[in-house]
Amino acid sequence: MKFLVCISNVPDTTTKIAFTPDNKELNKAGVQFVINPWDEYALTRAIELKEKLGGNVTVLNVGEADTEPNIRKALAIGADDAIRVNAKPTDAFFVAQQIAAAVKEGGYDIILMGKESIDYNGFQVHGMVGELLGIPTVAPAIKLDVEGNTATLEREIEGGKEIVEVATPFVVSCQEPMCEPRIPNMRGIMTARTKPLKVVEPTGEAARTQVTEFALPPKKQGVKLIPAESAGDLIKLLRNEAKVI
Amino acid sequence: MSVLIVVECDNGEVKKSSLEVASYGSQVAQMLGTTATAVAVGEATETNLATLGEQGISKVLYDNDSRLKDFVNGAYTKLIAAAAQQESAQIIVLANSNIGAAVGSRLSVRLQASLATNVVELPKMDGGQFVVKRGAYSGKAFSDVILSGERKIIAVKKNSMEPLHNAGQTATVEQFSAQLTDTDFADAPKQVIMQEQAGGILLPEADKVVSGGRGMKGPENWNLIEDLAKALGAATACSKPVSDVDWRPHHEHVGQTGITVSPNLYIACGISGAIQHLAGVNSSKVIVVINKDPEAPFFKAADYGIVGDVFDVLPKLTQAVKELN
Repeated sequence: MKFLVCISNVPDTTTKIAFTPDNKELNKAGVQFVINPWDEYALTRAIELKEKLGGNVTVLNVGEADTEPNIRKALAIGADDAIRVNAKPTDAFFVAQQIAAAVKEGGYDIILMGKESIDYNGFQVHGMVGELLGIPTVAPAIKLDVEGNTATLEREIEGGKEIVEVATPFVVSCQEPMCEPRIPNMRGIMTARTKPLKVVEPTGEAARTQVTEFALPPKKQGVKLIPAESAGDLIKLLRNEAKVI
Repeated sequence: MSVLIVVECDNGEVKKSSLEVASYGSQVAQMLGTTATAVAVGEATETNLATLGEQGISKVLYDNDSRLKDFVNGAYTKLIAAAAQQESAQIIVLANSNIGAAVGSRLSVRLQASLATNVVELPKMDGGQFVVKRGAYSGKAFSDVILSGERKIIAVKKNSMEPLHNAGQTATVEQFSAQLTDTDFADAPKQVIMQEQAGGILLPEADKVVSGGRGMKGPENWNLIEDLAKALGAATACSKPVSDVDWRPHHEHVGQTGITVSPNLYIACGISGAIQHLAGVNSSKVIVVINKDPEAPFFKAADYGIVGDVFDVLPKLTQAVKELN
C-alpha cells in the first residue's frame, strides 16, 4: 500500500499574528513554523497503517527550501521518503495541482491530509485533488481502517457521522480523533537525515485566487466583570446591553 | 447568468446556515442585477423550500431521489454542477459546512471556478474585481481575496449573515434531475449515525453555546451546563481535555482541531482558555467566561466575566434566565 501524506508548513499555534507594513504578508520575524496540526493526524495514521499492512509512506510539501526542517521532522516521525515541490503555496488550487501531479507520477493508493491548515483555513485541497484525479474524497474523516483494497471510514457530518466504504485510490482529509499524533524519537531523528528528499519543480496553472490584504480583528473592549454574588446580573446585561438573549 | 445557492436540508427543514447562505446569495444576485436560484440537497419538503422566498430566492430546484437524502459527495457534486449549467450560474454560494466544503472544492475544479471558503461578508465589486473577506489564521485574522475567472464559488461562514425575512414571499419549487447513475454513489454512506442532541440544537448551527472545561471536575456535573443551555436554548460544548478523557463526546469538542463555532453567545465554564481552545471560539460575537482563577487567560478574550466557582455561579445564571423568561 502506497501512502502519500500532504503536509503544510504553518506558524505555530501560539504565534501572535502580525503582518508586514503593507498588510500583504505575514510578518515572519520570530515566528516558528510547524507541521500543520491537522496534518499530524494524517501522517501518524498513515504510518500506523503502513506498520500494519506494509508499504511506503511518502510526505509531500509545496514550499520553498525553508520548509525542509519540517519535512525532515515528518521523516523522523516515520515517513519513508519525501517530495518538496519547490514553490510558494499560493492557493489551494495551485497546491492541489502539485499533489495530483505527484499522485499521477507515483501511483499512490491513499492520499491523506489534514482537514485544513491552521493558517489559510481553506478546507479545499482534498476535494480539488479528488476531482483532478477523478477519485473519491472522504472529508473530514474521524476514522480510517483499510482491509485489502477497501477502506472503511467515518465521515463527520453536522450532527452525526456517516460510515463510508471506498475502494483505493481515494483522498481522505483527517481530523481528530483519528489517532494520537506521534512525536519523533531520537532514532527517528537520526535516520531522517539520510532518508530521500526529492525536490521537484511546480506544474500546472497559476492560482485562481489572490490575497490583497490581511487585517486583524477589532480589539476587544476588555472584560466587564460581574461579582459572583450577583451572577444573575450577567443575564440582564446579556439581554439589555449585549442583546444576545 | 444567475446566482445559484446550495441549500442543505435535514428532516424536511432548511438548515439555519442555509437560510444565511440563501440571504447572502440573493443579495449578491441583487448586486449583480440577476436572479437567485437555489438547489436543495438532503431531505426537504416542497412547503419548506417554498418559504425560501423570504430569503430572496425566486426558484428552488429539487431532486427528490431518495438516495440523495444522506450526504454523498459524488452525487451532490454532479447534481449541483448540473444545476449550475442549466441556470448558467456564474456565482455559486454554499455553506462553509462539512458538506459545503466537500462539494464546493470538487465543484471548483469541475466548473473551473475560483473558490473562497470561510467568507464572512458580502463581496466588494470595485473596479472590475470581485473581492471577498474571509477568516484566516484560525480566527486571528481576516484576508481580502480576489476571485478571478468567469465562475466563482463562495462558502459562507456560519452565523456571519443575518437571514432576510421578506414575509409572504414564496419561491417556486421545480423538480430537477441530474440523471445520476450508480457510480455517482460510490461514496454513499453504508450507515448514518446521528448524535443525541441536547434540546435538539446542533452545535455547529447553534447561535448560543454553553461550554464546559476541566473546571467542571467530572461528567456527573454536566447537568449544570445542560440546565443553563436548556434555559437559554443553547447547544452544549466542551474543551479538548474534557473530550480526551471521555467526559464528553468528541463531537462536542470546540477548538483548533475540533469544531470551530461562531455563535452570538459563547459561555465558557471552567475553561482556562488555552490558545488552541480560543482558535475554535474567537469569532463568537459575545464571550462570557466563568472561572475561579482570576488569572485564567480566557478573561483576556472575554466580553463579560465572573470570577467565581462554577458550581455556585451556574445555578444562579440558570435561575436568572428562567426568571427573565
